Amino acid sequence: MINESVDKSKRQFLTTALTVVGAVGTGYLAVPFLSQMQPSVKAMAAGAPVEVDISKIEEGQLIRVAWRGKPVWVLQRSPETLETLKTLDGQLRDPQSEESNQPTSSKNSVRSMKPEIFVAVGLCTHLGCSPTFRPEVAPHDLGADWKGGFFCPCHGSWFDLAGRVYKGVPAPTNLEIPPYRYITETLIIVGEEEKAA
Amino acid sequence: MKKLLSLFLLVLSVNVFASGVDLQDADVDLTDKVSLQRGAKHFVTYCLGCHSAKQIRYLRIANDLGLDEKHVLNDIAPEGAGIYDQLHSAMNKHDAEKWFGTQPPDLSLIARSRGADWLYSYLKSFYVDKNRPFGVNNAIFEDVGMPNPLWQLQGEQKPVFANAGERQGLEKLVSVGNGTQSTEEFDRTVNDLVNFLVYVGEPVQLERQQMGKYVLFFLLIFLVISYLLKKEYWKDVH
Amino acid sequence: MNIKPTRLRMCGNWVLERFPLAQVWNEHMAHYYAPKNFNFWYFFGSLALLVLVNQFVTGILLTMNYKPDAKLAFDSVEYIMRDVNWGWLVRYMHSTGASAFFIVIYLHMFRGLLYGSFKQPRELIWIFGMLLFVALMAEAFMGYLLPWGQMSYWGAQVIISLFSAIPVIGDDLSLWIRGDYVISDATLNRFFAFHVIAVPLVLVLLVFMHIVALHEVGSNNPDGIDIKKSKDPWGHPVDGIPFHPYYTVKDVVGVAVFMLFFATVIFYMPEMGGYFLEHANFIPADPMKTPEHIAPVWYFTPFYSILRAIPDKFAGVIGMGGSIVVLFLLPWLDRGKVKSIRYRGGIYKKALMLFVISFIALGYLGTQPVTPLATMMARIFTAIYFGFFLLMPIYTRWEKLKPVPNYLTMQPTLEERIPDMIAVFNEVVETESVTTDTGVTVSKKRFNPTGAKNVLIRTAKNLKESLD
Repeated sequence: MINESVDKSKRQFLTTALTVVGAVGTGYLAVPFLSQMQPSVKAMAAGAPVEVDISKIEEGQLIRVAWRGKPVWVLQRSPETLETLKTLDGQLRDPQSEESNQPTSSKNSVRSMKPEIFVAVGLCTHLGCSPTFRPEVAPHDLGADWKGGFFCPCHGSWFDLAGRVYKGVPAPTNLEIPPYRYITETLIIVGEEEKAA
Repeated sequence: MKKLLSLFLLVLSVNVFASGVDLQDADVDLTDKVSLQRGAKHFVTYCLGCHSAKQIRYLRIANDLGLDEKHVLNDIAPEGAGIYDQLHSAMNKHDAEKWFGTQPPDLSLIARSRGADWLYSYLKSFYVDKNRPFGVNNAIFEDVGMPNPLWQLQGEQKPVFANAGERQGLEKLVSVGNGTQSTEEFDRTVNDLVNFLVYVGEPVQLERQQMGKYVLFFLLIFLVISYLLKKEYWKDVH
Repeated sequence: MNIKPTRLRMCGNWVLERFPLAQVWNEHMAHYYAPKNFNFWYFFGSLALLVLVNQFVTGILLTMNYKPDAKLAFDSVEYIMRDVNWGWLVRYMHSTGASAFFIVIYLHMFRGLLYGSFKQPRELIWIFGMLLFVALMAEAFMGYLLPWGQMSYWGAQVIISLFSAIPVIGDDLSLWIRGDYVISDATLNRFFAFHVIAVPLVLVLLVFMHIVALHEVGSNNPDGIDIKKSKDPWGHPVDGIPFHPYYTVKDVVGVAVFMLFFATVIFYMPEMGGYFLEHANFIPADPMKTPEHIAPVWYFTPFYSILRAIPDKFAGVIGMGGSIVVLFLLPWLDRGKVKSIRYRGGIYKKALMLFVISFIALGYLGTQPVTPLATMMARIFTAIYFGFFLLMPIYTRWEKLKPVPNYLTMQPTLEERIPDMIAVFNEVVETESVTTDTGVTVSKKRFNPTGAKNVLIRTAKNLKESLD
């Protein structure tokens, strides 16, 4: 019943052709299926840029706003704080933010567009907990070396008040700085970058 | 057997004739972007006051109708709306209950539940009826609890009854001719509006149909190859 | 020596020594001998499996964005249709897949009626199949509530109220099923759980049992002959061919044709004129207002018609339930001595034709509003429906059987029939050359009434002959 004189190469060719076409088809079907797990328009709507009024922030005060569901900190730093920051370089892993994530306008030693206003995504670069704001110097639980900064309670990472990570802690890089720009002197928008002039 | 068949045919025909009111053809064309743009504008002007279309966002309208986001926000959307906002109505639920006795339905899917022809006919079939709270009735949707939002454009229509004394057997509607638009202009306005509502009912439908061609073409290729392979293997079977 | 393939083979062997993969493959595919004369009707088993996989994959994707909450459900479906990337495609694949499932299953079951696939020794396959059908109906019914539109709501309201017709426990039972006094959030939530987890597990288990039972006794065939009776020297059935590769490549053709139809519906007519997605279901559920005309989705309408045809609540429910129960009894109702319709007597053929007409008619009537005439028709067809089954033990005994051959017969395949079809087409449609004023000759096609009449008469004669 089974015919022995078959054209094997034709069979092989057709099998390969069908497999290839089938694989391409499956691939085209997989794209919609996988991309439907991407953020939807609703998620993008929630991720729209947010405006922050900074006129009411007092010196040393930190406010939190939600952008893309993440906590974004806006901190008004005092001149003394800025002075302290200059002295810390030796204890930091990446003082010049060479390996860290920030827009070019904030890639400097104080990691902000204007030195006194610090904007950062409040999530630890280690495993995503939100560090606590500890501006006081040398509290009893953190020890005498603490110069004020952010302390991550999950795995004990230390950041200074410019979000720069200390040496010898689990977090690999400095805190992320989101894209933001000044609309007026007292109003910033988080999520939109300064347009290149 | 024959009797059964003829009976069955009778049932069929009865049901066909029972479907009643004659609707006018809405002549929907979703490729007519300009009509859709006018329809969007009309919708916000004449409908959005009471009805929402909360399933669609201004951003989607901008993208699908080929409009600039700024243009949509400035020229079409009501003041204060954001590009990601859905088409919410300004009227609050409490007022709606008070004025109309019910909440005006959301219109996102009205074209899918009612059909384009029904909407087109409905919007053109308001007539003067002093017995109704808003002074108008509708030939397609009797005793509808809604005023005619387009009356200034269309002008008033008066009903002609077959039996004038009993207000029964509505035969036709006669325009009084006090509208700001001519009959043709008004037909186009309603057509634009219905066009837009059909689009809002399923924004993806044009894209879907265009994509369908490629999918079917691809499947045809797949069919041809699989058929050849089957023939090749089945040479063995005698 | 090439090192890579050997490594790969070693890994492969490591697995095969611990898991009988090759054995399973051989037993159910490569060395599973199926009759060589499967025709069109034998595509629908594998297609049912394909649709099941489609429903699983798209269903899982839908649950990622669907919200089983009375306040959110309707909007979440529209959210999937608009805001979720490709959500519309996934949703249409699922909604069209539901209808496709029933088309495929009805054709699959009809195949069983044609060729006696339910008869000894395949009774258990039929029973598992019927259980699958019932589970599938439950799955479809509960899935239809989830979009939370007007039809979802009122359809579920009506069907669950059926349970209240059961004496004594009825009211408590329907209350227990709903978890509330009407269909509500609680009902929606539990239907979601059943639709997404419980019933699919049952379906998978039953599919497994259905196939295991089939492969134990072997497939039936259009001649209804046991191919294991005549074997070649190697012990393989003379009339059998290995399922793989012969039926795998054949089924792929079936899959391709099916997908062409499936894609046409998805991309060009996902509502199917209100039969796959009902118009009233685009209005959110409103417990205060019933739509003017409610009808179940098309695949339930034959049974719904039977329910409406009987003028008593409890009897109606019994009738509807009975119309499905009677299907389970089919292997024992049929006393015919041969399996395939090819060798059965005219009486079974006529009965089967009447049954098909009444099933389709009941289906149509179920979509239509109730009128006195329609109700009368539904009663007649309900009587035929039950008559087909309940009178079967009597009329199948009178059958005048035709001689059954010892070996499978090969009928002309679809492609071999193409010349005949073209001949019929040419008989019905006349082609004439017309020279227009501009001198161009155009061939015009015209309907030929005499040709059509001849074809009709011939078809009627053939039908009459084949029914004897």
